[in-house]
Parts: sequence; C-alpha cells; structure tokens
Amino acid sequence: MSNLDRRRFLTTVAALGGTAMLAGCDRFAGSAYGPRTLKAGEDANLFVQRLLLSNASLAKEFPDSEISAVFKPNGTIDPPDKAYKALAASNFSTFKLEVGGLVERPQSFGLADLRALPSRTQTTRHDCVEGWSCIGKWSGVPLAEVLNRAGLKPQARYVVFHCADTLEYAGGGLEGGKDGAFLQPEYPSAVRHVQVAAAGNDADAWGGAPAEEPEETRTPIRYYESIDLTDAFHPQTILAYDLNGKPLPVSNGAPLRLRLERQLGYKQAKYVMRIEVVESLARIGDGQGGYWEDRGYEWYAGI
Amino acid sequence: MAASPAIPSGTATPRREAIYRHPLVIRVAHWLNAASLLILLMSGLQIFNAHPALYWGAKSTFDTPALAITSDTDAKGNARGIVTIGGRTFDTTGVLGLSKDQGQMTDRAFPSWSTIPSGQDLATARRWHFLFAWALVINGAIYLLYGLVSGQLRRRVIPDGDQIRDFGGSVREHLTLHFPKGEEAKRYNVLQKLTYLAVIAGLLPVMVLAGLAMSPGMDAAWPWLVDVFGGRQSARTIHFIVANLLVLFVIVHVVLVLVSGFWNNMRGMVTGWFAIEKDGATPR
Repeated sequence: MSNLDRRRFLTTVAALGGTAMLAGCDRFAGSAYGPRTLKAGEDANLFVQRLLLSNASLAKEFPDSEISAVFKPNGTIDPPDKAYKALAASNFSTFKLEVGGLVERPQSFGLADLRALPSRTQTTRHDCVEGWSCIGKWSGVPLAEVLNRAGLKPQARYVVFHCADTLEYAGGGLEGGKDGAFLQPEYPSAVRHVQVAAAGNDADAWGGAPAEEPEETRTPIRYYESIDLTDAFHPQTILAYDLNGKPLPVSNGAPLRLRLERQLGYKQAKYVMRIEVVESLARIGDGQGGYWEDRGYEWYAGI
Repeated sequence: MAASPAIPSGTATPRREAIYRHPLVIRVAHWLNAASLLILLMSGLQIFNAHPALYWGAKSTFDTPALAITSDTDAKGNARGIVTIGGRTFDTTGVLGLSKDQGQMTDRAFPSWSTIPSGQDLATARRWHFLFAWALVINGAIYLLYGLVSGQLRRRVIPDGDQIRDFGGSVREHLTLHFPKGEEAKRYNVLQKLTYLAVIAGLLPVMVLAGLAMSPGMDAAWPWLVDVFGGRQSARTIHFIVANLLVLFVIVHVVLVLVSGFWNNMRGMVTGWFAIEKDGATPR
C-alpha cells in the first residue's frame, strides 16, 4: 500500500468503526440487558458513598455572602394543576401536609404547625443533574421531627414524597404523533415546554391542567420522589418552607420542598403534598422510585 | 507475562530484531483504557450538552459563563451555532451549538456523532459515564500496581540521566520525525516518557478527582476535595479542560503511532512483539 492508500484505508476504518460503535452503544442501551448492565455504576456509587458517609457527614454550609442572587428555578416552576392554584390563591392557608403509609399515627400538618416544630436553617449548594449549581439559605423542619411524630412501623424502608405538579399525561389525545417526543421531558429544563404543550401548546392557556380528579380523559403524571431511611434521618434533610429568609416562592416549590443536601437537585421534591412511608417502591409510579427515575435517571443521585 | 512467548517466525530478519516490548497486563490495560476513555469522552460530551456552559467558583454565574456553547439567530434570521469564551463569540454553525441530527438542524452543543447516546439523553449518558469511570479507575489501579511491582512503570515513564542531558536531541528527533534505531529504540525517548508521566500521574488522576469533586455525596464525605479545585463549578470546568488535554494527547499519540511505523506499533501493543531496525529505514 502506498502512503496515500494507507491513509485513506485507515481513515475509512476509523470512520466506519466510529459509526458502528455509536450505533452499537445506542442499541446496547436500548436492549433488555443494557440498562441493567449500565446500572452497575449506580450500585457501586451507592455502595461506596454509603461506606464513606456517616450520619454526621454534612454537606458544606456556606456563609450568607455566597448566596446566589437568583436561585434558578427548574423543572416545574408554576404547577398547572387547578387544586394547586387554589391553594396558592389562599396563600397556602388551607395547605395540609399528610403523613401516612407505614406509620403508627398518621399526621396532618398545616404550615403553621410545621413552623411551630423545631427548625433548621442551612446555606447550601444545590447541584442540578444538568451541571449547574446555586447557593441558597433554606429553613425548614427536619424530616426526622415529622417522621418521629408519626412513628414508623417496623417494615418501613422508604419515604415517598407525593407532589402537586403534573409534568405530563399518560394516555389521552396528546400522546404519540409528531409531538409525542416533545411531550416527554428529557431533563428538568425541558419540563416547562412539556407542561405548556400539554396545556394546549399555548402559554396563555397555562393552567388548564386537571384538578384532583381529571376532567379529561388524560391521566396526569405528577412528580414524586423517594429516599431511604438513612437519608430521611440525616440532620440536613429538612422540609423547607423558607428560602433566603422569605417564604418559599412558587417557582422554587411553595409551600414545602424537600432538601436532601448530599444528592442532586431532582431528589429534592418541590410542592410536597403528602408523605407516604413504604416498604417497597415497586407499586408507585413505574416502580423506580421517582418521576425522573422512571425515565432512566439514578435513584441514588449522590453523584 | 513472566515467560516471554517464543519469537514468532518471520518477524526477525537479519536486519531486524524482535523484542518483547509490552507484557500482557500492559497490553490489556492499554486497550481497556482506550475504550473507557472514548466512552467517557463521548458520554461526557452528552452530559455537557444538558447545560452547555462552564463557570468558575462554587456556583454558576449564569450571565457570565467562562465558556458557553449556544445557538442564536443572526440579523438575517438564520440560526447560528455560537461558542462564547470569556465574552468573545465565535460562529461554529454545523459543529458546535447547531448541527445536523438525523437530517435536521438541531440546537445542541456537541453534535450527535460525538456523543453517547447520539440523541439527546442525559440519563443514559450518565449511566455510561459512571460505569466506565469505574472501569477506568479499576483498570488504572491494576496497571499502576503491576507497573510499580514489575518495575515497568519506572522504565517506561522515568527518563534516564543521559536522556535528560540530551533533551534537545529528542526535541529535534520529533521535529524532523526521525526517530532512533537499534539499541536506542528499545527504550522510550525522553519526551515520550515525560508525556506518559504527565498523563498517568497528572491528567488522569486530576480528571478522576475533578469528577468526584462534582459529586454532592463525595463533597460531604471529603469536604477538602472540592476546595482543592476552588469549588464545584471550577471542578466541572477543570474536568472539561483536562478532557480536552487528554484528547490532545490521544491525537498526538495516534499521529506518532502512524508516522513511526503503524503496523509495528500495533503488533507491539496487540502481541507484545516489536521489531527494532538495526539500521536503515524505520520498520513498517
């Protein structure tokens, strides 16, 4: 082979190899055993981080001078649900946080009840799965205070947070077709586009989503998240009602959002309405432990 | 590994000498490392695409990124791909910021042919990235342990005294692409050794540590780690810069493999056997 032939041969081999590899990777990820294999990394991350972390390992707390000028709201920033809008209109005076599931004494807390419980304030860094970070000062009630008042049953293993915001619809007229892909957000920043589209692709009609009972044939898929008891009883795990010394704005999750400082942002459920203690996550949503987890993201988001 | 296989017939001619250059552990580690780095790079570009901007410090300063890859519309209404570095903008339409994905011009920082998965999919990219990060670290640990115990690492990356004294000579050899023959070809040259040393002891460890510093879990376990990098967003920016340096290393590495006898180099890293030309032309 001459030098030129050799060069052309090698370039062709590299290009074909690259294309085949890319297609191969995509096919592998989409196969039956692909996701299970790829999940091994998450399992290793959880195992190693749990070895390295104790209940006393705290996320760094920053001085107030480090607080971000704007705490970037992401995911849902204005829940379209009528029931939520009614709550917001009443300034959450009628809000009740329900605590149930595998507990000895189911509880119901208004915002004033929660504010009367012991509180914790922490200025921490919020890391979005997309890569950016913001620093905010959160005040709220430690989740442990709430769970201890309810009392966990012996089978309790996970704490599930059910939220007010609809992100998309299962079934119904908007599924499939040209807009089908558009109606499944790939990551938190894409959520608003999907919600606006679900409201009729018209930002002015924003707010057309169903109340508690769907008025339409569409079934709302609302946000939810879950954590295990190790994280639930960590001292920095709080249900926050204040951001930077003021009541939590709607865009950041009013009236109540979870803060879970040793994991990524999508674990930190906004618009928390109900807490359910369970033994298994299998029967909730698609069974992976959260809205994003059901769409391929890791349940353990410590990295 | 301990016993060298017999010299394959046909590789040794009177003018050439076959040496057993790469033990099995090093060959396997090399190719696993190459595959892992490629998957880490391409899944990393997909992860970057989810928020295609870099910052310095602990938090993001959204209005003043150190680097951003975005798209915009020019005065004539045409969509453009734009890279912003330190306030200066560059038109990168077709490759960065705006490129073809399945025949359609799409807003995406890095083009679909460079990412795993090829379509927009942060969740799957993260799974590829973390699985192969483990592969890289475990493979690297085996390589380092073997290299240290066997003495291979010292021979491969620590320049000998005479090599340091003739540093200029090695630079000249590289500039003229005229590499040593015979006895001298049995060891790596000084630029080669120092480059491998910088990659093995510098770039790759920094890459892994900067990656770990982005983990909120690791930041709670080892609070010093993220401080070493000057904050989480700095760690992310450094992770990106070092990725670029590793790509630069691989390009130079592959070019030198090509110009210094591709088949001989490939045979060396596949079978272990490498031909040394006693004099005359470079072996092909």
